Order: sequence, then structure tokens, then C-alpha cells
Amino acid sequence: MRSRGMRAATVTLAAAVVPMTACSDDEGEITVMAAASLTDAFDELGAAFEEANPDVTVTFNYDGSSSLRDQILAGAPADVFAAANTATMDAVAEADGTAGDPQVFVTNELAIALPAGNEAGVDGLDDFGDDALLIGLCAEEVPCGSFGREALTNAGVTPAPDTDEPDVRSLLDKVASGELDAGIVYVSDVLAAGDGVEGVEIPEDQNVTAEYPIATLTESGNAEVADEFVAFVLSDEGQAILAGFGFGPPSS
Amino acid sequence: MRRDRPPWLLVPFAALAIAFLVVPFGALLQRAPWSDLADEVRRPLVTDALRLSLVSAFSATALSVLLGVPLAWVLARGRFPGRSLLRAVVTLPMVLPPVVGGAALLFAFGRRGLVGGPVYDATSFLLPFSTWGVIVANTFVALPFLVITVEAGLRSLDRRYEDAAATLGAGRWTVLWRVTLPMLAPSIAAGALLSWARALGEFGATVTFAGNLQGRTQTMPLAVFIAREADRGAAIALSLVLIAVSLAVLVPLRDRWLGA
Repeated sequence: MRSRGMRAATVTLAAAVVPMTACSDDEGEITVMAAASLTDAFDELGAAFEEANPDVTVTFNYDGSSSLRDQILAGAPADVFAAANTATMDAVAEADGTAGDPQVFVTNELAIALPAGNEAGVDGLDDFGDDALLIGLCAEEVPCGSFGREALTNAGVTPAPDTDEPDVRSLLDKVASGELDAGIVYVSDVLAAGDGVEGVEIPEDQNVTAEYPIATLTESGNAEVADEFVAFVLSDEGQAILAGFGFGPPSS
Repeated sequence: MRRDRPPWLLVPFAALAIAFLVVPFGALLQRAPWSDLADEVRRPLVTDALRLSLVSAFSATALSVLLGVPLAWVLARGRFPGRSLLRAVVTLPMVLPPVVGGAALLFAFGRRGLVGGPVYDATSFLLPFSTWGVIVANTFVALPFLVITVEAGLRSLDRRYEDAAATLGAGRWTVLWRVTLPMLAPSIAAGALLSWARALGEFGATVTFAGNLQGRTQTMPLAVFIAREADRGAAIALSLVLIAVSLAVLVPLRDRWLGA
């Protein structure tokens, strides 16, 4: 778990580097559509960005990546899209919704989430084939569900899930409350869940890496600030904040 | 008859209300993938979800009648302290976001729940992640609709018939069965219909309490929500099936039971 002090230190660091990187003459408001799994990290990124650009207000709209895709394609006013998988971003890009090519800004690995105490004694992906355990996955239609099944295939396990949750947060809730014995989520989710959840690493040869792309949108009313925000996310300060929430660098 | 003609001022507002309710459905139809519809609705995912939706909605309605009519009687006729509070508590599931209701059910009847915990430890019986869990979630949100409707029916009942039966020597049970309940039948039917409709569309409490698994807990609304993630056309096709089933039940029964 991250300490409050560490977070504060990151913000201070970001603020200290500001004069060198950001142009503080930018002004106005931007709306960032971001995948739900980015909530905590982007709240902190936004605060750091606003501190660097005092005349800028960043508003976040967090939702599942596919909901955000639908909203953007339906013409919802937004300046930046940060998705949890490349498929949803590609759909927006193909509809000429992105200005320039989307860039992968972080990666996220999978991990096994267990309720604190791990009474069922789960220690790896093998346990996901055990009918006697209460196992949860994300639905195949959402990114964490398709990635999770990919990892299980890599491990040679046929899963026996008791529920296919509609999103990773609801899966995590059921694990944290002890209603499920295990679930496959992202590393960043295990970190965010704190003490209620234990994480078990998935071996590198079985694990799947999710790529998170970001792009300024064509319809942006303030493309200059939007580009600035994207650059900030990709910058060293932005990456340091994201790393603090369990996200990996894009090159891995 | 002349008095059946509405005062002219009502007409534009009524027309606006009709447009407000009908236009969204028209828009849904316009987006429907008509060419794939026949294949779409024959998928096992759809037939499983439809069967589960009907089973759980009808079970929840039956449970609502079984539990709700006695509760409505107590609320309408009972004299006891805390009745107003109880009345408010009973309608809470109508106001509460269904997801909160589902979480509350989990805290009560889940594996680590207040009631569910001891039951699970003793018997290994578990409501979440089972069809029973879906029925419980549906009943939780549907029951208040029946209670409110039947309670209103009981209050507006002409009690002289019951008094007359009692005067003629009928016992309390006989009065209930032979006089009160038959007179109350339209209210019970209306309440049951409302409960059924609410249960059929239930999403939030179900997914939170019972989870989502094809053939076991995935009802139509859950299937629609999940399908939407991958393929909006499929989600609309599923919604049309749900709408068709609802209309098939509501059109013949609504006029008959909800005061025509």
C-alpha cells in the first residue's frame, strides 16, 4: 500500500519540475474521458496538472472503456480519451475521433485477488478450475475478462467461474467482501483495494499485459491544453504518478 | 358520451407524455439490427437468459403475493406503535439505488452475511451466485409495489361487507377468505402485475447480489448490459426480445387488471 506521504511527495516533485515543462499560459477547461481503472491515478494526475497550469481546469469522466467509446462516438463533448484497452480506442480512431495516433501510456498486468486471510488457500491459476471454490472472472466481453481467460489458457486451466462480473470493480468488491474465494483483476486494482484484498502474482509466462492508449480527440474545443495534458501523462512526472498506482511503463 | 371527451387543456400535455414515452422506443427500433435479428435471438445465451428471466420474475411475483398481501393487511389494518416507520421502511427498496439494495442483501444473506454467514457455516447453503439469489433480489425490489397497491386497495374497501359477514356469524378467517380477499382481487392482480414488471427489468440488485453466469444467474437485463460492452447491435436485439415479452404480458393484462 502507498502511504499518504509518498503521494504528497510525488505531487510536490511534479510541482517543482513544472517551470521546465509546462506552459502556464494555457487556460480553459478540458474534459478527460478515462477508463474506470484509472480513477485514483488520474485524480492525482489531474491535481498535479492543474497545479502546473493554474488557469486550467480538468474534469474527469470515468466509466468502462466501451461506455466511454459509445459516449464519444455519440458526440459527447470531450477533449482526451484514455482507454483500458486498444480495441475501444481503435473504434474511436477508425471513426476519425482522435487527433493524431493514440499512444500507449501505461501497461497493467493481471493478478489474482483473494479476500484477506485467503481461507480457501488459493495460490495460483490452477485453483480457478476447482469447482468447489467460489471463483469470479470479468465477463468475456470486457477487457479484464478476455485477458483473464487468456492467462488461464496460458496456464492450461479451464475455469469454473461462479460469476462473470460486468466490470473489474464489482469483481473486486465481491472478493474483498469475502463472497468469492478468488478473482482475476489488474495489479493496480489489488493495490487500490488496500487491506481487504490479498494479491497473488501470476507468473510472467502466463500473464497478460493490458495496454492503455491515450489520445486527444478531434472534437476537442481546447486541443492545445488537451495535447498538453497528454504530454503530461507521458512525461516523467506523469509516469511517476501512474507507477505509484501499480501501472507499468508502456515499453514493457 | 360527451363527458368522456377530455378538457382541451389536457390534450397537448397528454400528447407530450405519449411522445416522451414512445419516441425512445421508436429510436431503439430504428437502431435494431433487423437483418440479424432472427439469428441473434436464437442463440443459447438469449434463450437461457429469457428462461431465467421468466422463471425468476414469476417466482418473485408469487413470493411477493404470498408475503406482500399479509404485510399490506397489517399495514392497513394493524394498530401498533411504529407503523408509519414500518410503512416507510417497506418502501425503501423503491427509492434505494438497486445496486445498494444488492449490496445490502449481500451483507445480510451473503457467505459472510449477518444471516447468510451462520446458515452457510451450518449447511453450506448459499444464495449468491444461484438462481435462488436472483429470485431473492427480484423479490426484494418487487415486493414494495405489491404491498403499496394492496394496502391502498384495503384502505378504499367498503368495510360494511366485512362487518355484515361478521354480524352473520362468520369468523375472522372466513371473512378474510370469503369477503375481503375476493373484493381485494383487483388490487392484488394490479400489484402482482407491477411486481412482475419490476422484477423482469431488475438489473442492479441482481448483478450485485447474485452475480452473472449464463444459465444460472444471467437474466435478460444482465445479458443486455454485458452484450452492450462488445456489440451494441446484439444488446438492442436482446432488448427487443425483452420488450416483446413484456408487451405480450402487459397488453392483455393491463386493461383487465389496472382499472379499465
